[in-house]
Amino acid sequence: MKSDFTPPFGKISKINGQCISLIGNDIDTDRIIPARFLKCVNFDSLGESVFEDDRKTLNGSHPFDLEENKNASILVVNSNFGCGSSREHAPQALMRWGIKAIIGESFADIFYSNCIAIGIPCFTLPKKSLEEMQNYCDNQFLFLEIDLKKSLAKSKDYNFNLEIKESSRKMFLSGEWDATSTLLENKNLIENKFNQLPYVEFNTNLS
Amino acid sequence: MSQDTLFDKVWDLHKVTSLSGGSDQIFIGLHLIHEVTSPQAFGALKDRNLKVKFPDRTVATVDHIVPTDNQSRPFKDNLAEQMIETLENNCSEHKIKFFNIGSGNQGIVHVVAPELGLTQPGMTIACGDSHTSTHGAFGSIAFGIGTSQVRDVLATQTIAMNKLKVRQIWCDNKLSKGVYAKDLVLHIINELGVKAGVGFAYEFAGPAIDELSMEERMTICNMSIEGGARCGYINPDEKTFSYIKNKLCAPKNENWDKAVTWWKSLKSEDDSIFDDVIKLDASNVEPTVTWGITPGQSISINQKIPFLDDLSPNDKLVAREAYEYMSFKPGQLIKDTPVDVCFIGSCTNGRISDLRVAAEVLKDKKVSKNVKAFVVPGSEKVATKAKQEGIDKVFKDSGFQWREPGCSMCLAMNSDKLIGNQVSASSSNRNFKGRQGSPTGRTLLMSPAMVAAAAINGKVSDVREFIN
Repeated sequence: MKSDFTPPFGKISKINGQCISLIGNDIDTDRIIPARFLKCVNFDSLGESVFEDDRKTLNGSHPFDLEENKNASILVVNSNFGCGSSREHAPQALMRWGIKAIIGESFADIFYSNCIAIGIPCFTLPKKSLEEMQNYCDNQFLFLEIDLKKSLAKSKDYNFNLEIKESSRKMFLSGEWDATSTLLENKNLIENKFNQLPYVEFNTNLS
Repeated sequence: MSQDTLFDKVWDLHKVTSLSGGSDQIFIGLHLIHEVTSPQAFGALKDRNLKVKFPDRTVATVDHIVPTDNQSRPFKDNLAEQMIETLENNCSEHKIKFFNIGSGNQGIVHVVAPELGLTQPGMTIACGDSHTSTHGAFGSIAFGIGTSQVRDVLATQTIAMNKLKVRQIWCDNKLSKGVYAKDLVLHIINELGVKAGVGFAYEFAGPAIDELSMEERMTICNMSIEGGARCGYINPDEKTFSYIKNKLCAPKNENWDKAVTWWKSLKSEDDSIFDDVIKLDASNVEPTVTWGITPGQSISINQKIPFLDDLSPNDKLVAREAYEYMSFKPGQLIKDTPVDVCFIGSCTNGRISDLRVAAEVLKDKKVSKNVKAFVVPGSEKVATKAKQEGIDKVFKDSGFQWREPGCSMCLAMNSDKLIGNQVSASSSNRNFKGRQGSPTGRTLLMSPAMVAAAAINGKVSDVREFIN
């Protein structure tokens, strides 16, 4: 885990780094960060506990424990990564371990939006290219230069055309992935919308 | 692209504006919070010097970390105590209604909001919890969000989100005796797979769905997320309206009639367009049990654990992992698998009707001496009702421990945990590796009635042999 963690900020257009491959479909957020680590009121210490139980089971041979991966920052996964619980603690733990981008065959919806909201771009690749990438990673170091403008990942031997939702790509390029201020800009529209909702006048008996 | 479905109508109604990237800014009609996913969101508000925009549209309770044996304060677990205190302070500082332990209305957030009448058709509902899809049973559009989005809802009452596609899952005929909503939803997830719902909202419809009670409908929508669908819903009908009527926060007097008229206008039309439609026959569903490490890895009670060759290429990788983790062999029957722990509770199956069904199976029977069995009511209201009906006594007489309300061993954030590689028969929603508190613990998901049957026999059993 990197001790000098600083969260991403502003526009994100390029991510360069070493890949770390994690093989498996349907890897859920309970595995990424087991529930016992959710007993906290901030995210600061989650990085060291990422994949805690899987790592213990593999006793040093989990990709997140291998010496050669300790500086990796681009995670390469298979399908339906991040399924299950909505806990943002999962991408927060990955980010605090050092992950800055994820490439996979597919991602669970809530995990994907959590990643976008904290500044981790998630890209997809077809199964075949992804498996090639993982094979390469398992045999030698794979360094990628990811260019979000072109949705392209370059290495010394290969180029990969990555896919990312257009809305997410634009948000990273403009810096609007940190949505609060963008949403706040429309405060008059929010008030208008609130006043138009039929159910607002129904007595909710809560005050 | 879908048109005129309930999802489209509710989405369009709540759309504040289109954002520059192509996603929509969506107003959240009801925001529910709990102690686990909210503290960092309140922290972020403080960091940015922001206030809660619509404090009346957020409601809080405490569920994930509460102990179910002794709830006196301070909690024995310091971290749990710190979390409940943080929620208490945040709610009082921001003037958010908080249903605390002892209020009579505390419980699992997805059990509590419907029983208070907070959950109503036509609303958008968000909560930092993936099982928020539960509320879709009322014809609301409800989905789980992460903590950054909780921050956004607190600060603006809106989130940025891409509109989902809509898949209708049409369920013909009706469930047979001894087969419950849990079996149906496990069956659906098995048929479609755990990632089929990614990018979709699921509309559950058809005669088998119409037939279900509101609580059974909540069980179905609750597990949409296990099929990959962030949101699942059912069109509102007379059952929906009569469930809501007279609840604490339900519309009253002249507002009631206005509300019902509006609610009736929301449902999907006969000529609504869906992005996809799947049809299945509910009468074919049998009592269903999971054998693996995803909720999609399930079989009927009389089936054998599948061989690799029986599975699609995409399912083989996880199946191999599941055989090893569960110590099950392909071709083995799931029936008669010995169980160590039986758990009835959770936002999937911790409501009064779940407890009634289980109690009917347990009446005049004893839990096997090899089994630790406990029941955790979904809320204080469920517990009170159960006591009025004498259901707590049926459970206790049979050998079940009767506990206080909370999420408990569904995710094991309190002291209710599996030990070592124990096998649990569980009425909860996730059989992930390590989910129930032991990194090697094994979970078999099933209906509450099936958990009761397993408790009596000490092994996975067919509940139809217990009921006439």
